[in-house]
Amino acid sequence: MDDTGKAYWSATLSLLGKILVIWFLISFGAGILFVDVLNTIMLGGYPLGFWFAQQGSMYIFIALIFYYARKMNEIDRQFDVHEE
Amino acid sequence: MDLQTMIYLVVGATFALYIGIAIWARAGSTSEFYAAGGSVHPVTNGMATAADWMSAASFISMAGLIANMGYGGALFLMGWTGGYVLLAMLLAPYLRKFGKFTVPQFIGDRFYSKTASTVAVFCLLTASITYIIGQMTGVGVAFSRFLGVSSETGIYVGMGIVFMYAVFGGMKGITYTQVAQYIVLILAYTIPAIFISMHLTGNPIPQLGLGANMAGTDASLLSKLDQVVVDLGFGKYTTTTAGSTLNMFVYTMSLMIGTAGLPHVIMRFFTVPTVKDARSSAGWALVFIAILYTTAPAVAGMAKLNLHSTVNSAVVTGGDLFAPEASIKAEDRPDWMKRWEKTGLLKFEDKNGDGRIQYYNDKSTNPEALAKAEAAGWKGNELSVNADIIVLANPEIALLPNWVIALVAAGGLAAALSTAAGLLMAISSAVSHDLIKGIFAPNISEKGELLAGKISMAVAIVISGYLGLNPPGFAAGTVALAFGIAASSLFPAIMMGIFSKKMNKEGAIAGMLAGLFVTLFYVFAHKGIFFIKGTEFLPLIGGANSFFGITPEAFGAIGALVNFSVAFIVDKVTKEPPEHIQAMVEAVRTPRGSTAVRGAH
Repeated sequence: MDDTGKAYWSATLSLLGKILVIWFLISFGAGILFVDVLNTIMLGGYPLGFWFAQQGSMYIFIALIFYYARKMNEIDRQFDVHEE
Repeated sequence: MDLQTMIYLVVGATFALYIGIAIWARAGSTSEFYAAGGSVHPVTNGMATAADWMSAASFISMAGLIANMGYGGALFLMGWTGGYVLLAMLLAPYLRKFGKFTVPQFIGDRFYSKTASTVAVFCLLTASITYIIGQMTGVGVAFSRFLGVSSETGIYVGMGIVFMYAVFGGMKGITYTQVAQYIVLILAYTIPAIFISMHLTGNPIPQLGLGANMAGTDASLLSKLDQVVVDLGFGKYTTTTAGSTLNMFVYTMSLMIGTAGLPHVIMRFFTVPTVKDARSSAGWALVFIAILYTTAPAVAGMAKLNLHSTVNSAVVTGGDLFAPEASIKAEDRPDWMKRWEKTGLLKFEDKNGDGRIQYYNDKSTNPEALAKAEAAGWKGNELSVNADIIVLANPEIALLPNWVIALVAAGGLAAALSTAAGLLMAISSAVSHDLIKGIFAPNISEKGELLAGKISMAVAIVISGYLGLNPPGFAAGTVALAFGIAASSLFPAIMMGIFSKKMNKEGAIAGMLAGLFVTLFYVFAHKGIFFIKGTEFLPLIGGANSFFGITPEAFGAIGALVNFSVAFIVDKVTKEPPEHIQAMVEAVRTPRGSTAVRGAH
């Protein structure tokens, strides 16, 4: 693989890594592992941990995919590998 | 207009719409048949993917499961949506760049091996066929519950409708009917939810209503629900987990990677024009899915509260739940209860002979609730409620107009038919493209392959109809098996094919087989070999859930771990893949040079 190709791939992997950390923290973290602690905080009528598990995680998943799509388009252009 | 006529009218109108689309969207080439010509707009594909994904189980059963499980039900919500983040980032854009028609074709080409693609075809067929049984029985259930015809007639009508657009239109016909079906099912799901949320909390948005105060009081809906269910001996709604925290964690993970690895979902991303579109399309798919999935927990909580207040007047007044006059008199029970009792989904038995219905948890671990129940002369729970009631009878519980009930019937059918069509597409393309063209008759002409695709589709419809009519007795356990197989075999193989340039065919094949084997072994130990009763072998693995308390449904993630580990070990001791395969992986990783999906080998 040439150098541009390597740099493109490592930029991609670092973006994926960041997004997967957030993905893990809001679902498995806030929704499951730390749910009891978060439940001591209220979000309106929702205990916060319960809200993350049954509502919030899904909204953040959507945001993550659109963020990923936008960032990848930028990376594609930066390394000149975008579709014509 | 009476309810039955209204239901026939609404369901008939939606079927006419699907047939209209079938006539308009006929497939004339293999590219149209397998990939809708590769020209579907990303938002359109997102909507079709949402319908493809949301099955009879999502529409009919999920809210009821959440209502029963409380907080723990979140594993379905997070598991079945979080997988889209993995799909969007790890698989979809790269498979789209690869530009072929099927998942086994990617695995076969990437691992330069017919054995690898055959293993993938086997996994795909097992996962998809087990999954489709549930859809066909769902079609039968929706017909028999709402249209007053037998479940068999329902399945025949369902098969006929799917036949029209799937056989003649292939992926093209399926895509556009799925868009129509999405619109029907999402209206059917959200309209009753809006009414109920409005009624209970004064807030028309169910997602906000669940977190709001009860209309006219200072108490939040969830705290009210928590208090009522705890008093009646059930687990606290907002904190009850699904088994142990570890089990819930692993279960959620299994559903996520299973979702990302299900071929009928992955295939939908072959229909968009570019890699860029594949990325955003996954986001749109999740938007459309989340509209239902964030409404479901609201429906669950609100319908549960509604049900309790229907049978126990003290729920509304805030008085003593155990007071004799609080429980509803059996003869005063509403018509919808009588109607659903006929289907067996609702059962009432007057155990203490007082002519009233006592609904509580008689197997409670809460001694206080049991003591109060005993003091009140209650002799056991008198109402058994099937989880499906929560959605099916929801409009009636909330006293909504007839057209809403008719819409729910059409929505349930749309959900089952759209998923069945997507699965049939995955099955028939694996047969006609991967087996017939890939292995048995490589020189088949395009016209010949198109015909083979249509015939495979027709045969697949007949087989799935047969299985729907004669469910093999294990239908309930099958969806879990489909996710287990997708998670433990297909997802890791595809992912390693993209992210590990050096992964070779020996590693991939050994990994897939090992993942598949341990998952099937663990599931069969609990449920019997191929779900045949009496062939369970629990003592061999040391009892039920012996692997750290993990249930068989949750085991896919462990299978995936085994798959990855075995693949890497075998890969290390065998020779690396040929140069041209490594070059191919590099090409798959960059979007430049993508072309419309075509099937050439």
